Amino acid sequence: MNSPAPRALIAEDEPLLAAALQQELARAWPDLQVVATVGDGLSAVRQALALQPDVLFFDIRMPGQSGLDAAVELADAWPTDGPTGRPFPALVFVTAYDQYAVQAFEAQAVDYLLKPVQAGRLQKTVQKLQLALTSKAPAAIDLEATMAQLRHLLVAPGVAAPAPASAPAAASSVPAASAPLTLIQASSGSQIHMVPVADVLYFEAADKYVRVLTAAREYLIRTPLKDLIGQLDTQVFWQIHRSTLVRASCITTVSRDEAGKLHLELAGRPEKLPVSRLYAHLFKAM
Amino acid sequence: MKIDWIEKLQHLLQVVAFSLAIAALHYAFRPDKPYDIPARYSLAIGTLIWAIIDFGRHFFPSSEGRGWPTGLAAFLLPVSGVVLGYVGGTTLGDWWCGISSWEEGGRSQLRASIGITLLAGSLGTYYFYTKSKSAWLHAKVNEVRSQASEAQLKLLETQLEPHMLFNTLANLRMLIGTDPVRAQEMLDRIIGYLRATLSASRSTQHPLENEFDRLRDYLELMAVRMGSRLAYTLDLPDALRDVPVPPLLLQPLVENAIRHGLEPQVDGGHITVRASTQPGDSGPLLVLEVSDTGAGLPASLPTPGPGQSFGLAQARERLATLHGSAGTLHLIARNEGGTSATVTFPLKSSPNP
Repeated sequence: MNSPAPRALIAEDEPLLAAALQQELARAWPDLQVVATVGDGLSAVRQALALQPDVLFFDIRMPGQSGLDAAVELADAWPTDGPTGRPFPALVFVTAYDQYAVQAFEAQAVDYLLKPVQAGRLQKTVQKLQLALTSKAPAAIDLEATMAQLRHLLVAPGVAAPAPASAPAAASSVPAASAPLTLIQASSGSQIHMVPVADVLYFEAADKYVRVLTAAREYLIRTPLKDLIGQLDTQVFWQIHRSTLVRASCITTVSRDEAGKLHLELAGRPEKLPVSRLYAHLFKAM
Repeated sequence: MKIDWIEKLQHLLQVVAFSLAIAALHYAFRPDKPYDIPARYSLAIGTLIWAIIDFGRHFFPSSEGRGWPTGLAAFLLPVSGVVLGYVGGTTLGDWWCGISSWEEGGRSQLRASIGITLLAGSLGTYYFYTKSKSAWLHAKVNEVRSQASEAQLKLLETQLEPHMLFNTLANLRMLIGTDPVRAQEMLDRIIGYLRATLSASRSTQHPLENEFDRLRDYLELMAVRMGSRLAYTLDLPDALRDVPVPPLLLQPLVENAIRHGLEPQVDGGHITVRASTQPGDSGPLLVLEVSDTGAGLPASLPTPGPGQSFGLAQARERLATLHGSAGTLHLIARNEGGTSATVTFPLKSSPNP
């Protein structure tokens, strides 16, 4: 088969380790062309979109954003249709020893490498990748499967959030399942507004704040979205994007644009909310 | 209220034996009287006193844990147990033997049995009280012991964090092939770091100079890993080199500065560790400051929990143990961005300039 040489992107914040992986790859897979090496999670997405490689090696712990978040963002922005649409790259996560992460990767059948990367282990990964690249399924199916894996990894302890220091206390990293939040206390100037959660239509993360939107107005709070998720009823508020939690009962329509992306319209708010591909599975006609 | 019925049965048997022994003693002094009548009274009174006290203590919330109530109840419980047990036990004995102790004829007998009851009641109460107290103390000692070893294990676990260890080894593995001289330097740093970590729990003080050497080992290791993203300055005035400090006190602060300050930033940053003195109310104070130009403090600090802010909690605890309220640790957001952690405690032996 005379397909063009496979191309790879390495995202690893430690320069020596990036060089080491590249060196090992040169030995294990001489055909592979490493098109770029980046040192943070933001450049990883940018470069991957620009270069559209076949294989991604993403370190988990990186500045900017984690390898996992970078993969999610990339999957969301990946062009699937049109002449530029290439299959979503094969993902390999690279991590230093972490029992929880390894368990999560195994459970989701996600390819991973442990640092220090060893030749024998890398050889196996390379064989799997070569096989996957020659029998490439249509892009859409690939992306769907990757999404399902990422969705599971996002909630796995030790992958998305750092694993707790003491091993058996894994459950304690999850916010305490206490009584759900009923009131949001939002300060503005010298006042604190008491906003009933029942009035909130959606929450949206914006920089250092979270915007709280009711039908009438908007408030800002400092509690991070990921902390709010733990305190809200997930049946009532659905996560539809990394930065958006929406009240499911006030969604009126879901529409798909030309690029295949979903948007929500809400009763009581004029704006349209984009749905991440990661959460598109929530919206299917019965 | 959780009642251990096996233990209660043991107590009951002990009380029965004790009551029979008292009756036997009574019989030894008064062989002219029958044995069975005092034995019946003794059994009735003894068992009743025991039942009131031993079951009664479970009704006081303060006896949870120690097994004995605190405050006024600690005194009232045995007294009311003895009084009620005596009256009730005597009535029960009367009914059992068909005698009436409360009428004229029984008065002298009553006086004798009051004395015996008081003596035996106090003895029995004292016996069970010390027994439950020593069991409680024993459990407490075990608990403290296991807490101490757990804290030590946790400390070791944070210092030999797998992520740090394996990433460092991965770097070393690379260097061995490409730059053996640097690899040897790095290995020496690892050795220094491991030696300090493993012996930190054994020695209580070391000179500030050594503390700074260990920080340099750690920062050098991190510099190999982070490349140009990490820059650092260690500032130790000569006059303060020999000041004794608890080993690896600053280590968790520097680790935090890297992990929460520099690592999340794409461009990294600078860490400064500075030692200085400052006049205090009762003599000069040693001021150790770890500052970084990193991401800064989050809007809401994570609540201390397993794995979170253990470094800070542990440094605070060590300061409190050594210097009480005179040792402080302040964590502040710097105006120019980043975070600064300052440890202050009395400079015990003022160094000669």
